[in-house]
Amino acid sequence: MLKDWFQKKPRYATLSPPAAEPAERREAIPEGLMNKCRGCGDILLSKELEKHLKTCPRCGYHFPLSAPERIGITLDEGRFFEYDEGLTSLDPLSFPGYPEKLARMQEETGLREAVVTGEGTIDGRPVVLIVMDSRFMMGSMGSAVGEKIARAMERAADKRIPVVLFAASGGARMQEGILSLMQMAKTSGAVARLREAGVPYISVMTHPTTGGVTASFASQGDIILAEPGALIGFAGRRIIEQTIHQKLPDDFQTAEFLLKHGMIDRIVHRKDLRAELSVILQIHGEEALHVGRATL
Amino acid sequence: MSGELPFEKPLVELERRIAELRRFMETEGIDLREEIARLEERAASLAREIYGNLTPYQKVQIARHPDRPTTLDYIRGCLDVFLEFHGDRCFGDDLAVVGGIGLLEGMPVTVVGHQRGRDTKENLMRNFGMPHPEGFRKALRLMKQAERFRRPVVCFIDTSGAYPGMTSEERGIGMAIAENLLAMIDLRTAVLCVVTGEGGSGGALALGVADRVYMLEHAVYSVISVEGAAALLWKDASQAPRAAESMRITAQDLLDLEVIDGVIPEPLGGAHKDPETVIRRVKEVLVRDLRELSEVSPDDLRSRRFEKYRKMGRVFEG
Repeated sequence: MLKDWFQKKPRYATLSPPAAEPAERREAIPEGLMNKCRGCGDILLSKELEKHLKTCPRCGYHFPLSAPERIGITLDEGRFFEYDEGLTSLDPLSFPGYPEKLARMQEETGLREAVVTGEGTIDGRPVVLIVMDSRFMMGSMGSAVGEKIARAMERAADKRIPVVLFAASGGARMQEGILSLMQMAKTSGAVARLREAGVPYISVMTHPTTGGVTASFASQGDIILAEPGALIGFAGRRIIEQTIHQKLPDDFQTAEFLLKHGMIDRIVHRKDLRAELSVILQIHGEEALHVGRATL
Repeated sequence: MSGELPFEKPLVELERRIAELRRFMETEGIDLREEIARLEERAASLAREIYGNLTPYQKVQIARHPDRPTTLDYIRGCLDVFLEFHGDRCFGDDLAVVGGIGLLEGMPVTVVGHQRGRDTKENLMRNFGMPHPEGFRKALRLMKQAERFRRPVVCFIDTSGAYPGMTSEERGIGMAIAENLLAMIDLRTAVLCVVTGEGGSGGALALGVADRVYMLEHAVYSVISVEGAAALLWKDASQAPRAAESMRITAQDLLDLEVIDGVIPEPLGGAHKDPETVIRRVKEVLVRDLRELSEVSPDDLRSRRFEKYRKMGRVFEG
């Protein structure tokens, strides 16, 4: 049964290379068919990589996932209702080059913003999903990202549906200046409402989760999970090295480092993530409460 | 004049010449009063011109001025009595954050704030006002204590940011800031905040979620330090003045963006030219607001604060 989930053809997955390429171009450009593992350097066939949910079968390296890919492998097939898909950033500071950058990112990623929010089910249990996409301006949080996250959490609190976050972000978005910083307070307010409503909030930190996102909603989960090897931290590695003038250990700011220092609950391999989320949802579900009451 | 800033140079030179003329007049007995008066007038208009047209980066320099009043100066100057409390009850006592309880015009208050040093020795002790997690956790402990006893909280913000170091990350600096944000937005007591110098990123916001937030006239508040922004945007930290222009970091900018509630004027040239005046003005604002907010119920304070931050940001609904 567990295996079946990973065989499913997710509605969102776009992992296969386009088939309609001319033969000579396909030979000249092997990218898309084969991938070099950034962990062990092995050459992996795209098909193989897709089968392993974009993790390396040899060394376990986790490749970053786009938001559509993540939604595809997490939710029950074909059951995603997107919230606020038309909500986008403005350019409140008239920051040089920002509107052009947004337009280019939208073109490149097919997304409107660095986060996708919506509702679906995992093994039939409803969840509100918040998925960040690091391809879109490093998954950075400006007003639109903050607003979408706050709205998703508010809907979850109203409907009493658990929230699952997949964090992937370089932090607050510079181009919206102080308004980006204030999204940290805004999203914290939304988490406070979730807590008040007693609605569970599970944060999954994926590569990379840094800066103002680590320092706000991503660290406020009732349960915090992380993918193996994910970079998780507040300050950038280079800034820290410049500050303390010494080399940092290799595992610094990895999921494993955070686990060792007591900052996260569990590290979960991507292949087990859906199943673990399902168990967590089950434990927090209404039916679990009923079973509890029945045995009293 | 010590601690002069680069852009103040023409003014400082003019003032030096006036002083010279005065000395000359006294020693030689020549009447130069007319000449001196003329120069003084020019100095006054030059000062108005320089200080009235400060660029964002010049404000950054004033905000970081070593003689600028620090949190402890405001605490001593505003409160009738103050007891400093130490430690996060968990790891240690971070001297980059100070906090405690006291009386402000007879009103019980809890005060927390970033504390930087005046000289190298003090700065080493205070870690240049850059807190570790235990600093934020100390502040959080004191704020929760204030809530239990229905005491308002006053926060002074003056930091270039949370400490970017190995020890900071090991002890969960991101988590510590996140916890403070979550607790502050939910606090059932009044919270006032004054950005007195530099408000740097998450390390500033971790003491900055408040019912009312004020900035001193030349204080700056930004999502990332201007040097950090320059390094990221143009791979060149020396482009900091350009970053300062683009990022809208001044008190006036933040008022326009509806992120803060008011600007507290500084004496000409900055708070360090006349600390007493600026401390008095800060105190007036705090006393006025604490009296106003004491009329509001804890639950209303909390829900209004939530609504205030809920509205922040500008988005397009397509």
